[in-house]
Amino acid sequence: MSGLKVIFWKELADHLGSRKFLIIFIIICFTAISIVYMLSQNIGEYLDKLSTDYMFLNLFSFSAGSLPSFIFFVSFFGPLIGIIFGFDAINSERSQGSMSLVISQPIYRDSLINGKFLAGLATIAIMLISIIIVILGLELSVFGIAPNLEELWRIAIFFIASIVYIGFWMSLALLFSIIFKQISTSALISIMVWIFFTFFIYMIGNVIADQIVPLDQNSTIEMLTKNESIKSLIMHISPTVLFQEITTAILNPSTKAFSITSLIKAQSLLPTPLSLSQSILVIWPQFVGLIALMLICFAISYIIFMRQEIRST
Amino acid sequence: MDNIILETNQLTKIYDQTKVVDNINLQIKEGEIFGFLGPNGSGKTTTILMILGLTEPTSGEAKVFGYNSTREALKVKRVTSYLPENVGFYEDLTALENLKYIARLNNIPDKKANIKIEEVLGLVGLSEVVNLEVGKFSKGMKQRLGMGVVLIKEPKLAIFDEPTSGIDPKGVEEILELIVKMSKEQNITVLLSSHLLYQIQKICTQIGIISKGRLIAQGSINKIGQELLKEKKEDLLEVKVSNELTPSFIELIKKIEGVVEVKKKSTDYSLQEIYTKYFREE
Repeated sequence: MSGLKVIFWKELADHLGSRKFLIIFIIICFTAISIVYMLSQNIGEYLDKLSTDYMFLNLFSFSAGSLPSFIFFVSFFGPLIGIIFGFDAINSERSQGSMSLVISQPIYRDSLINGKFLAGLATIAIMLISIIIVILGLELSVFGIAPNLEELWRIAIFFIASIVYIGFWMSLALLFSIIFKQISTSALISIMVWIFFTFFIYMIGNVIADQIVPLDQNSTIEMLTKNESIKSLIMHISPTVLFQEITTAILNPSTKAFSITSLIKAQSLLPTPLSLSQSILVIWPQFVGLIALMLICFAISYIIFMRQEIRST
Repeated sequence: MDNIILETNQLTKIYDQTKVVDNINLQIKEGEIFGFLGPNGSGKTTTILMILGLTEPTSGEAKVFGYNSTREALKVKRVTSYLPENVGFYEDLTALENLKYIARLNNIPDKKANIKIEEVLGLVGLSEVVNLEVGKFSKGMKQRLGMGVVLIKEPKLAIFDEPTSGIDPKGVEEILELIVKMSKEQNITVLLSSHLLYQIQKICTQIGIISKGRLIAQGSINKIGQELLKEKKEDLLEVKVSNELTPSFIELIKKIEGVVEVKKKSTDYSLQEIYTKYFREE
């Protein structure tokens, strides 16, 4: 892998030293801290709603008052972080003319895109891990108890899922930065896709499901479940939905299922929290789906990039 | 000195059914400064990209130092430096950081690179702006930094694609001087593409002329001139007169034996002279 290491370190240094990184990092840190702080201040009011077995995880998944939960925050702003690290990856190199210079050095062409992708993932990882450590530290000082091993495992899984989720958005933006020559075009399209998958996918799921299986007052339970499963099928295209389900199940151990149909079945189960391995079983399909989405996106970018002509003008 | 180091064999590139490069057979010997001449869009850049292995030829092959450009692109790129047209750098990095990055991509150890960078920056006259962000550079400075990039990897072959486009006359002179200097002192073979005849005439020992993707002539300027124009040039004598030039005076000269033609030439000042003088004195 000639040149990959050099490009990786250069891109990583660029990301970490860039103003956009600093701004996002400050915003996220600030928000995360205020969420935890708000919750810790009013912890008494919510004690009956919190699960005492997993005190530590509460702060990730619980929302206090008007502030959203940390999970919601990551699932909402994660894509923006990914897009910011990817949308100008290739076309800015093209427009400033540094691409042909770099590519004419004795390196393989794919080192450039691989290096950029890996450096982006590493930046995301560094950002997330430092925020998680900040939250853990705050919790330690607020509650005065250490997390147990299972909670640490769950936090680790949440960490990996977040990297994959943000990594998906980064590789999507990377793809657009390869396809579109204009930086502004790739940025706008990336944000459009983000808005679509985050907000509109629910409406579209509803519309399509109602078209295929129209519901009225006389609808049978079979039709209801069919309508519901079509809706969930469409919604599961969205990485945001996948990620939200993964994080909910992993950080809230009493989550057993997501779709209405499986929830009905799950009602007969005991309302005790699931063990770690059971929780993983619940989220496994979503997890694999998320990884696949990221890899497919990157693979398409890779192929298009390798076939593109390198012209300085 | 007669080693052929760059050779293309029926090199062809077809984009959307148009032959951009059409069966080109180039040969460049070691130590030459080869001028690659042709109008815009004649296929110069595409040929160069194929020589470097950055674009795959539709048919034919290019060989640099015996390495096939398509299959052994990495080996070709190790001995060849390329300065693209409108070269760009990482604008938020300084000149020094840009050069260091290029040195690392070439696997030059940091210690050696630092010495080399200092030497190269002195050579291209950028020592004083080493720590300035490249975004603040003028076009001419960027081009000189590009020359630095070419030199840093100690190439055996250097390819310049329109190295003087958009540069002021003084900068052009400097760049051409630098190319001649590095070719002589470090024994680097140079392939220089341009559509500016004056520059090619000035420094190139051999030329190739390309038009609509076809190589229509190759050799030394005199050889091509003789073949193409098929007539010997008459010698020219310039005569300066102090008084007003009268028709009778012209008739007088015409009568001298051997004179073919006498033409009156007005003595306009050339802008080149004014410009050069002005900026020399500055």
